[in-house]
Amino acid sequence: MTGSRPDSLRRRRWRRFKKNRRGYCSFLLFMFLFVLCLGAEVISNDHPIVVRYQGHTYFPIVQACPETTFGGEFATETEYSGRFFRQQMKKPGNWAIYPPNRHGYDSINFADSRPVPSPPGNGNILGTDDRGRDVLARLIYGFRVSVLFGLALTLVGTMLGIAAGAIQGYFGGKIDLFCQRFIEIWAAMPELYLLIIFAAIFKPSIVLLLIILSLFGWMGLSDYVRAEFLKSRNLDYVTAARALGVGNVTIMWRHLLPNGMTPVITFLPFRMSGAILALTSLDFLGLGVPPPTPSLGELLAQGKANIEAWWLSLSTFIVLVGMLVLLIFIGEALRDAFDPRKV
Amino acid sequence: MLLSIKNLTVNFNGDDRKITAVRGVDIDIARGETMALVGESGSGKSVTALAAMGLLPTSAEISGQVSLDAKTMPLGDENRMKKIRGDRMAMIFQEPMTSLNPVYTVGSQIIEPMMIHSGLDRRTAAEVALELMEKTGISDPGRRFNSYPHELSGGQRQRAMIAMALACRPDLLIADEPTTALDVTIEAQIMRLLRDLQQEFDMAVLLITHDLNLAAKNSTRIKVMTNGEIVEAGETAEVFRAPQHPYTRKLLASVPGEKPLRTREATTILTARNLCCHFPIKKNIFGRARGVLKAVDRINLSLGRGETLGVVGESGSGKTTMAMALLRLIKSRGDITFKDADLATMSAAELIRARRHLQVVFQDPFSSLSPRMTVAKIVGEGLKVHRIGRNKKERQTLIARVLLRVGLTPDMADRFPHEFSGGERQRIAIARALVLEPKIIILDEPTSALDMTIQARIIDLLLELQAEMDLSYIFISHDLRTIRAMADRVMVMHQGRVVEEGGREIFTAPRHNYTRELFAAAFDV
Repeated sequence: MTGSRPDSLRRRRWRRFKKNRRGYCSFLLFMFLFVLCLGAEVISNDHPIVVRYQGHTYFPIVQACPETTFGGEFATETEYSGRFFRQQMKKPGNWAIYPPNRHGYDSINFADSRPVPSPPGNGNILGTDDRGRDVLARLIYGFRVSVLFGLALTLVGTMLGIAAGAIQGYFGGKIDLFCQRFIEIWAAMPELYLLIIFAAIFKPSIVLLLIILSLFGWMGLSDYVRAEFLKSRNLDYVTAARALGVGNVTIMWRHLLPNGMTPVITFLPFRMSGAILALTSLDFLGLGVPPPTPSLGELLAQGKANIEAWWLSLSTFIVLVGMLVLLIFIGEALRDAFDPRKV
Repeated sequence: MLLSIKNLTVNFNGDDRKITAVRGVDIDIARGETMALVGESGSGKSVTALAAMGLLPTSAEISGQVSLDAKTMPLGDENRMKKIRGDRMAMIFQEPMTSLNPVYTVGSQIIEPMMIHSGLDRRTAAEVALELMEKTGISDPGRRFNSYPHELSGGQRQRAMIAMALACRPDLLIADEPTTALDVTIEAQIMRLLRDLQQEFDMAVLLITHDLNLAAKNSTRIKVMTNGEIVEAGETAEVFRAPQHPYTRKLLASVPGEKPLRTREATTILTARNLCCHFPIKKNIFGRARGVLKAVDRINLSLGRGETLGVVGESGSGKTTMAMALLRLIKSRGDITFKDADLATMSAAELIRARRHLQVVFQDPFSSLSPRMTVAKIVGEGLKVHRIGRNKKERQTLIARVLLRVGLTPDMADRFPHEFSGGERQRIAIARALVLEPKIIILDEPTSALDMTIQARIIDLLLELQAEMDLSYIFISHDLRTIRAMADRVMVMHQGRVVEEGGREIFTAPRHNYTRELFAAAFDV
């Protein structure tokens, strides 16, 4: 063993992933957008970030400041876009720093006198929706909701899928047979109808959606994990571990799982784009997240209802397609990087 | 000269470097002659053959000249090569299962080259094929003609491959490890068949093998290859009598010798009585077994302290199943007594404690090490399970010590298995077993996947460890030479049963018919 040390498998795959320019750039761009939208409050908000008033500093972005704080009369939350607050800020020594886009996702632009939905201009870069809310703000927050929901659904579904697949594959026999039949029955349940029924019984919420979609989102992956476990459980290194006296759970966790992760990781971006699309479709149908949660699907539905308001559908379409395309490029690059024929 | 290869060099372009697989190789074979090309894995012998056949992928850079009957072969021209391949020169491969197409019948695969090259119609081709199958000794050729490859045994498949290769009466046959995947008794039959057919067809044969013994008995001239170069060439008998090159000498010296006889009597440490492993084969619709495969059938054995019990048998004789049953890794019936405790009735916790003393090393060093774990983790896993060593540092010292003991260095501990060669991996597997300070190690063909020179070194290591730590081995192998080098007592298995058992005298005076046949095939092909 002379010469430089060969790289570990993980590092080689990472290098091959980076070699795929399109996938790697998509990955960087997506991560950038994701980090950016995590700080959506700082980018798009009707509350100023910092306010200096009469020698005191306030952070309206995180703290509630009633109008009385700034010498007003009402004990309710300050209207930062109102005339009173703006006049106060014009006095010497007082100042406020606003986010780049001065609208929250549910703040209504009362300054705009045009009928809603109003086209771009007049303080709303991408116009307003049919309730006078800023479209850009709703897109930014909607993107965040979509990505976070997609991540959560992917994570839960993946963990369920791995657990189910691992148990079936490792133990095999009757457990496997039983689980397989169960999955067949479970997969035959009409997911959409269940969602409609649940939406009628319970108050729709993101958590409820997450639970219901997770219940049906693990089957595809469990088959792949099951196959990997079935294949590897008879390999010599597993037998060797059993001969050492290693327990079942440890064998599954330490020996089989790392080797069965390839299909899981390869599928992650595709699963995530699927999850995002599922949320968007449900929102579009009105079965998704409750208002006023910003959501891409709801914006699309508005665009359909107001077909002449091109800024609604076009901007949402671009965001949605852009996001899904990025995820798919990442997925393709990952799939190539993990291709066993190239290792 | 029928085939003449001049100054052949083959380069492969890897991800970021160029690999030279063959450099400046010259080979001449005359009609009717058998030339052996001997070398270890990675020596470039198969690449040489594939280059001559024009079967290398287009990514390979080939330079040099190959000519057949003094006519230069159009190596780059795939269309013209197609006319030569299968017609004037043919090839048989190592693995008869993967070199026959599983979705076509054997017969249709044999007649295919005749229909392409000789322009025969299906019926005449089928007649010739049946004749050929009869010649290659396929039993009941009429029925086998319509069989699929999986319905044939390994030896029968290799015969079908030979029939396919000979279909157009080629002038040159390249046999790439033709018997490596076969049992010794079958190997002898196949080699005899090749010799007969060679005489009948007046063919030239290029025999590619890693097995010196096979080359010695079946070739007139020999070329020894290592690292892509031919280091020694000459008459076979001459080369074996007086090897010139140091590599050839090393290769010849690595043929295992004989273990000295044990003198002292051993105390028994492991016994098995009436050990049976039966598997139901077919089930009827009610889930009842209709037949039973007796993989291991009423076996008795005893193993003494510091002793090696050799278990010999061909593939499918139940050797490995027996080992797994002894380790309690598969279900079995019968008593297994280890140091006065009954393994078969032990509780789970007791069994885990007993596992420390019963370890195993497998045949394939590539699949026996978890590819995502470092050497330290692989070797240290058993220490954790059995809580040996009080803390991490103590365990690291133990791991470093055992790595040194098996001939590796402690700084290899944080590398991954794929960074090691086959022999080194096998050492890691031995270290994993050894670190627990077991009493018994079951060695399941530990050297079969390794090259000759590495085999010899692993055997030396195992013998040293045994002498030093008073280990008992159950050494399972199909290779009688390694058994002779390792075992104090020998057990011959055939179809799940022990047909003969005895001390070393078994090698000189086998009693059972099957043993005699096996030994005859192994020692004097």
